[in-house]
Amino acid sequence: MGEVKINNFKPKIVGYLCNWCTYAAADLAGASRLDIKPSINVIRVMCSSRIDQNLILTTFFGGADGILIAGCHPGDCHYDKGNYYARRRYALLKKVLETLKLDPERLQLSWISAAEGKRYATVVNEFTERIRKLGPNPINNNSYF
Amino acid sequence: MDRLMKVNKSAELAIIDFFRLLLENDRVSGIFTLRKINKDDSVDYCLVTDENRLDEAIPFYPFMPANAGQILSRFSPMNKPVAVVIKPCELRAFIELVKREQGTLDNFLLISYSCAGVFPIIKTGDEPFEKFLPSYWETVKRGGISQGIRQTCKVCEHFLPMNADITISLIGENKLDSECKMFLNTDKAKEFAKDFEGEMLEEDLESPVINSLLTKRKGEKEDLFTELSSKYSGLDGMINIFGRCIGCHGCSRVCPICYCTLCDFESHNYDYSASILEREISQKGALRLPPDTIFFHLGRLIHMSFSCIGCGLCTEVCPANIPVSTLFIKIGEETAKMFDYIPGRNVKEAIPVTVFKEEEFAELGE
Repeated sequence: MGEVKINNFKPKIVGYLCNWCTYAAADLAGASRLDIKPSINVIRVMCSSRIDQNLILTTFFGGADGILIAGCHPGDCHYDKGNYYARRRYALLKKVLETLKLDPERLQLSWISAAEGKRYATVVNEFTERIRKLGPNPINNNSYF
Repeated sequence: MDRLMKVNKSAELAIIDFFRLLLENDRVSGIFTLRKINKDDSVDYCLVTDENRLDEAIPFYPFMPANAGQILSRFSPMNKPVAVVIKPCELRAFIELVKREQGTLDNFLLISYSCAGVFPIIKTGDEPFEKFLPSYWETVKRGGISQGIRQTCKVCEHFLPMNADITISLIGENKLDSECKMFLNTDKAKEFAKDFEGEMLEEDLESPVINSLLTKRKGEKEDLFTELSSKYSGLDGMINIFGRCIGCHGCSRVCPICYCTLCDFESHNYDYSASILEREISQKGALRLPPDTIFFHLGRLIHMSFSCIGCGLCTEVCPANIPVSTLFIKIGEETAKMFDYIPGRNVKEAIPVTVFKEEEFAELGE
């Protein structure tokens, strides 16, 4: 039964996409009719630095199987340096999760520019595959969270 | 070599004499120190302005009724100078708060001392710690770890003050009852102490005794971390540690670093409406209420662990005996290390999340 469940498992991924780069890339990928897994639920943010760590925790505790944060390449931020702050915060979050041995595998940070529609499709598909292998978020069966 | 003033009196009497001089000469408007409240040995922090009330002052009493850093941030900036005697961790907390624009260093004469640790807050039914006091002061002279002091203090590595104007040397001082060594670290300190009677010497604060105590405490810390790390691992570990949290948020109230008056975790941002609860329950079959206690601790760890100065008050006040500070010190060490940061070391050192380096973490971003 469990086996079947995993095989049929369709991950739920929340993608926090920067309005200026990755969101445009997602648009481009769609317009180019690229094959993108329907697992991702996109939330548009004005900058990757908008992602407070609490937002990630809420998403994770809310039951998302994977979380993708994507923004402009370092140096290309629309607001000059937002993604550098985002990167530090992400590093901090990851460090805390790693130290507590809470698997940070379900979390991914990617830099995808507005021109990289193809890359967007690849990143989403690969991330979906990784999460599918990891299986459902254990929090969904845990009454403590 | 540091400049110091040797006074032929016990450390406590010498510093009270110093306070008296400061008040009499109108060099300060008040003294912020610990004092005895009544005969029951209750202790609180107090701002003394009348020199006749200095008899109540017990500046080096091994007890922390609140984090003085938090208190100082509430009443700075002062118009007139105030001399404060606080523990090294409280001073570091204050520096962290100044960085967050929650206070200024102006008009404070910061006095601190090599701290041998403090006793736990006495809760109902607890044995008073007075019986440990004589042996505590003997241990201070020897430079050992005293019986009965808080766990957090036993593993504290930063027991020498950073950024103090005046440092009083207590640990390893054999003649603590008859002489007092005041290290005058800044010009401000020299100015304030200019007609205080004492012998000027040059000596190092760090001594072999201090170094051996540091090694001992590091050993204690290793043991504590090993014990703790067997308890936390993954989601089950979180439940092990934080499962019995009653959600009082006392740890964040007493935390000097958690200064936000509008705490995100106390806002309505994370309120569960009936519909959200229904969805959660239909999925999980059961749900712990109130929800989000673990989320609260994880969120705090991520938001401010790198600034944790390890004062241990969170563990002290926890009604459920959760080792909050141990976890914070452990995680804080890891996160601060990433940014080569030591909380409270330097007021000019930026808080890690407010700055960045272009070339760092190049490996992140897949």
